[in-house]
Amino acid sequence: MFLRRAFVIALILFAPLFGLVMAGPRAGLLIAIGIGFGLVLEGLRFGFAGPWRMIVAERDGRGLLAQFLAIGLVASVAFPLLAAHGGELSPAHAPIGLGMVLGAFVFGAAMQLVMGCGSGTLVNAGSGNLVGLIALLGFIGGSFAGSLHLGWWTGLASLPVLSLQGLFGANGGLVVTLAGLAALAALVIWRAAPGKRLPPVRLWWAAALIAALALANLVVAGQPWGIVYGLGLWGAKIAQAGGADLAASGFWANPGNAERLNASLLTDVTSLTSIGLVLGAFAVMRLRANPGAPAQALTARSYVLVLLAGLVLGYSARMAFGCNVGAFFSGISTGSLHGWVWLAAAFAGSTLGLKLRPVILRPAAQPKGAFA
Amino acid sequence: MTLSTLPRQIVGLGAVALVGLILALDLAATGTPDLFDAPSALALGSGQAPSGAHCTAQ
Repeated sequence: MFLRRAFVIALILFAPLFGLVMAGPRAGLLIAIGIGFGLVLEGLRFGFAGPWRMIVAERDGRGLLAQFLAIGLVASVAFPLLAAHGGELSPAHAPIGLGMVLGAFVFGAAMQLVMGCGSGTLVNAGSGNLVGLIALLGFIGGSFAGSLHLGWWTGLASLPVLSLQGLFGANGGLVVTLAGLAALAALVIWRAAPGKRLPPVRLWWAAALIAALALANLVVAGQPWGIVYGLGLWGAKIAQAGGADLAASGFWANPGNAERLNASLLTDVTSLTSIGLVLGAFAVMRLRANPGAPAQALTARSYVLVLLAGLVLGYSARMAFGCNVGAFFSGISTGSLHGWVWLAAAFAGSTLGLKLRPVILRPAAQPKGAFA
Repeated sequence: MTLSTLPRQIVGLGAVALVGLILALDLAATGTPDLFDAPSALALGSGQAPSGAHCTAQ
């Protein structure tokens, strides 16, 4: 027990030091922030896909309210920061388009099939969920594949980048954002069943800590928390190592992306926090007295479908300019109108995914004599 | 023991190993970053434009 705990604590202390020594203080800090995300998400069971399921299936709005609270807290600080330090900090703004809306819808459906979103897939994998690990492999491949076709999707029909700061000014944009979140919270409270309206203390803490970490990410990295870009970059690097020539890809030939492709992952801010996130979730699982039973065994066909759903998850997140983290959480909290559209489209897709889940994820037959 | 009954500890370690493997392969391919080129600890107050890429990148 002691040795196991010592190993895990050494691991989460060593990782930021490794980043610091290899790539400088920013890398070390971002790995530490990522570990913090993993500790909070897994340790306090703060998620995105689960609450979206629970408001629909069980009329439980507590997790969703915690999400809105966290986003509101980040927005309250991020809007003034971005207005005052626009030369050093950048928001998560992206254009609204046909491909973006379709991507968000498909992402919402797929995240209910793999039982995890962008951050959830990393947390699930790190905490020892086999479905999460398989989905992560698919996510890496899918977000890379999506990057190869992004130009085609954005060429379908797309508006210019619209932000609430651009429409209403920095202060007005913040007021509209907070009012929008409050309106959604009221809708959730109205929809939720009695006794499932007020988040427990655990989720209040989680929302505050996630908000603090997201703001730390913005201050350290100069940009909001994101996941999909890093996973797509991992896929691109694996493809390049396998001999793929990405110079012909519009996305990877873009100077900024080409620079990331040829530089170390230790210089990519989204990769650093994602690495930390997996480590943080792993640490929580290993520090528990009982790490829990393995995830429910599925049929071989279901595992293949989980891999495919992971691919779709990554591909659609790339189409949608982010997942629940980059588009929904960071987009809304930094004033991107695409974050709001993403939320509407992904929630509709999530509802469809909930209907598909029992069809696709079939439990393996119990061996004779086993307890059900 | 089958794939579907792997304990959480093993699967979690597998995820950590996957991340470590990707990082190791990348370090072998790109080399270690130049520490003299490393950005300051915080972007805020650095006076430099953000250079990282985000999910909203095109």
